[in-house]
Amino acid sequence: MCPGHPCGVSNDFVLVLVVITALGFDFTNGFHDTANAMATSIATGALPPRLAVAISGVLNFVGAFLSLAVAATIASGLVSVSKVTLTVVAAGLIGGIIWNLLTWLLGIPSSSSHALIGGVIGATMAAAGGSAVLWHGLVSKVVIPAVASPIIAGLVAAVGTWLIYRISQAMTDGARRHGFRIGQIGSACMVSLAHGTNDAQKTMGVITLALITNGTLAKGSQAPVWVILCCALAISIGTYSGGWRVIRTLGKGLVEIESPQGMAAESASAAVILLSANFGFSLSTTHVATGSIIGTGLGKKGATVRWGVAGRMATAWIFTLPSAAIVGAGAEAIARGIGSTTGVIIDLVLLLAVVATIYFRSRKGKVDPNNVNDEWTGSVTPAQPATAAA
Amino acid sequence: MSWFNVTDFWKTIVYGLIAGAGLPALFAIGLSALSRGPRVATAGGGSDAEASDTVYGGSIIGLIIAAICFLIILSAIGWGIHYIYVSGHPAPKK
Repeated sequence: MCPGHPCGVSNDFVLVLVVITALGFDFTNGFHDTANAMATSIATGALPPRLAVAISGVLNFVGAFLSLAVAATIASGLVSVSKVTLTVVAAGLIGGIIWNLLTWLLGIPSSSSHALIGGVIGATMAAAGGSAVLWHGLVSKVVIPAVASPIIAGLVAAVGTWLIYRISQAMTDGARRHGFRIGQIGSACMVSLAHGTNDAQKTMGVITLALITNGTLAKGSQAPVWVILCCALAISIGTYSGGWRVIRTLGKGLVEIESPQGMAAESASAAVILLSANFGFSLSTTHVATGSIIGTGLGKKGATVRWGVAGRMATAWIFTLPSAAIVGAGAEAIARGIGSTTGVIIDLVLLLAVVATIYFRSRKGKVDPNNVNDEWTGSVTPAQPATAAA
Repeated sequence: MSWFNVTDFWKTIVYGLIAGAGLPALFAIGLSALSRGPRVATAGGGSDAEASDTVYGGSIIGLIIAAICFLIILSAIGWGIHYIYVSGHPAPKK
């Protein structure tokens, strides 16, 4: 039982369920975000799609071991640990997973981090009221970085793009395309590494929070090695499975990209993500990558940004925190209404039902490595192959 | 505690520009140095040179400049990763 405070459920069985759900979230985080690192490399042809996701998967695994600063923010900086129960953590994860899958179905590169944080906050509020949320931490470590980071990344990418085109003016088109494709492979690898560093830590933070809640770990503990290892594995397998729908939107939908722009965008993303990870900001790698891609469109004369697509994404970003919070709060209410372990199990059964529904919906109008680069015709689902070939 | 850490904000912009725009610019300098040289001018007809994917232009000095640029980039990345690893794993207090 958890010492010191009354909680509805506390046993090792529920803890195991929570850890499995958390790793499930980590998996969706990986495949939702493969695009952040690899969309532009796949779009410019610098890397073949399957190789790109394989490299990204491996580097996400490595990146997960780089830092623990963000995990600490999630584990103790956002909600009052003494008010959190295992049920709350499970409900929060369910909120995050469902929002992640819905946005993936629509091909919208929304933030996995916000989905997770929103879910946990919604569930905490439903269980213990608004006072259990550390609003200061939420605003200073999550909301403000969420607004600032895509703007900074866009600025860096625009400056980088402008410099690159100025400097390489004298080069022939063929040499330039080839040279920057090689550079792009390097910069895409850096984004993958940065993604592992930043995003795998979020799940580590949540599992650590669950372990502290259960009394398995002392308050203020760091993530144990087995947690780091499991999270690294889950995010890298998720990345390898490739979220082709989001890759397509980010690589083809937003801006038509050439290899020098791809490299500029990726370098900007990698730099901003790694810097923020270092400051313990739990920023969204997705917001940064999108900001960079828009920035690289603005930095090159004659490039056009499809603001309609960008606007649709921005709308999804605004809705991510509250929507995931509502789902998380609902899941918490259901679990608490039914009570104890059964409540958590019923929640998870409902989650599986939603996951299955979304999966079968996604089979109609599939996006895969073969059609991910087809001409952008206004939607994430490409036109039929026959029309594309004609 | 402030809601908005101005110092961290500026640090992110400045270091972001140095690493995120400066390093790719250095890569561009290296690439264009590498592509200079006799091969660009003599590569059998203008349209052929335009279509060719060969980056190396045949100038030794260009090759050396490029090598220096690429080395600086690689060491900067290596140093950055090392720095993040060290600061992200605070040593236990003795």
